Amino acid sequence: MTDLTALTLAEARDKLKTKEVSATELTKAHLSAIEAANATINAYVLVTPEHALAQAKASDERLRKGEARPLEGLPLGNKDLFATRGIRTTACSKILDDFRPTYESTVGQNLWDAGAVMLGKLNNDEFAMGSSNETSAFGPVVSPWRRRGKDGKPTTDKLVPGGSSGGSSAAVAADLCLAATATDTGGSIRQPAALTGTVGIKPTYGRCSRWGIVAFASSLDQAGPIAKTVRDAAIMLRTMASHDPKDTTSVNAPVPNYEAALGKGIKGLRVGVPKEYRVDGMSKEIEKLWDEGIQWLKSAGATIHEISLPHTKYALPAYYIVAPAEASSNLARYDGVRYGLRVPGKDLIDTYENTRAAGFGKEVRRRILIGTYVLSAGYYDAYYLKAQKVRTLIKRDFDEAWSKVDVVLTPTTPSPAFASGEKTGDPLAMYLEDIFTVTVNMAGLPGMSVPAGLSSQGTPLGLQLIGQPFGEETLFRVGQAIEDAAGRFKAPERWWLGDGSGSSPASAKGKATKPAAKGKGKR
Amino acid sequence: MQVDEATVRRIARLARIKITDEEAKGLRQELNGILDWVEQLSEVDTGNVEPMTRVVAQDLKKREDVVTDGEMAADIVANAPLAEDNFFVVPKVVE
Repeated sequence: MTDLTALTLAEARDKLKTKEVSATELTKAHLSAIEAANATINAYVLVTPEHALAQAKASDERLRKGEARPLEGLPLGNKDLFATRGIRTTACSKILDDFRPTYESTVGQNLWDAGAVMLGKLNNDEFAMGSSNETSAFGPVVSPWRRRGKDGKPTTDKLVPGGSSGGSSAAVAADLCLAATATDTGGSIRQPAALTGTVGIKPTYGRCSRWGIVAFASSLDQAGPIAKTVRDAAIMLRTMASHDPKDTTSVNAPVPNYEAALGKGIKGLRVGVPKEYRVDGMSKEIEKLWDEGIQWLKSAGATIHEISLPHTKYALPAYYIVAPAEASSNLARYDGVRYGLRVPGKDLIDTYENTRAAGFGKEVRRRILIGTYVLSAGYYDAYYLKAQKVRTLIKRDFDEAWSKVDVVLTPTTPSPAFASGEKTGDPLAMYLEDIFTVTVNMAGLPGMSVPAGLSSQGTPLGLQLIGQPFGEETLFRVGQAIEDAAGRFKAPERWWLGDGSGSSPASAKGKATKPAAKGKGKR
Repeated sequence: MQVDEATVRRIARLARIKITDEEAKGLRQELNGILDWVEQLSEVDTGNVEPMTRVVAQDLKKREDVVTDGEMAADIVANAPLAEDNFFVVPKVVE
């Protein structure tokens, strides 16, 4: 029997439809894969087998009656930032303790209403603050990818899966779910996707409801999927996106059928290449990958145009004012009174201070303090207001670019995946991980990362596509063109199963595998 | 701009996070590192620039001023560390 976990979401959907497999079989295959891998990969912070099997059973009933909904019986992972009714939700912070929401996030509800099955809750950086998944209260996630040493042999270095959606990216890359929910405030969908050979899209601000998602920085947060292929990401986003009266920033516009856009090709599309993204210290191989991407899009019929986004270098420092400021305000709710952890003190204020000191991790405390400082009396104009003005200029740069181009192509990250501990000593080094992704959040635009190649160490690299507001369909078309040219990238072996039992699936041997016959790339 | 340890302690107090003297020292360095780095924004001329208030042009949503939910006190206190008769229980505030 074929390995059911190696299927893409689209393939699994087809096999369910033709009754080649059942939702229960598909779900069981994933639950066993999680059981075998999770002690090593740590992608799930909570596995919900009973819940999943009950959903799968209901899906099989629907499939039997011919009443299948768009995601009927498809097993997914759900980032622990999404509130799940009756199921522990922690944002991977100690301060939420054993919090069991009495409600479901809108994005989650959309998925379950479409028939999807939830396998469990996925690890992430605490409150989504991080780029390596090392700040989680549940411990770091280990990437299914291994880098090669100078001798060309795989090392046992524990690579990070990116962050903050590191559980989502690792679970998808290790075949521990067909696709996953994720969130992106400064790059938290796209950077982990790039580091794990998966596809991630952060839609336009307002496209997905933020209701029921643990808030980090409300003017930047957006939900989106991490998936195995561009098509799978398109299928996921169509269901995740909706207009929601419960989120005042949710946009009331019809959700297109993104999957239908995939076949449209990119002939005549104008692709912008921003010169300001050729930053100092960008690795040679990233530069080469970018040039390769440009060639692929040219070959597929697009035209390439150099553009200028002059305020690019100010996006990251402005972000590190805006995001902590909003976080300090959002996280004020964790007071040890209404939910979560309480560490008693001699009076109420002492209780607040003890609770928040014990409940928040180091990086979260650091950001709350920065945010509190920049919002404090006398500093608001110098920091927060200044940053919001710079943000206007960043958006204006893009607005001007849209008169010349339809989409922008950049690398997703400045360097390949790094190992656990390599960047934890210096917060600024970690912040630089988001240098190419953060502009997109600041301007509220849609952005997507597509796997495009491997580093000299054999680890995945991604290219980022930036679209016009609500230009997700264009991103999917261009993303498909890159995937067609580059192929898919899967971790070469399932080393976490241990020697002997390491059954690497036939389709995942070697460097890259083609998704379909239409790929005409070089690998 | 640079912060000193007293400022770090004042900020921590505002944020209601207890920190030790040792932590205040470390945080002073970290915060100054970040504040020095964001200082580069002063290079940008923002004289005639409006601050960003929303990234997607959209009218503010309005709705009738009516009750749309409620009667769920038990749900609201369901996760409280300490609750009694659907009230949150906190340490004594008034002597």
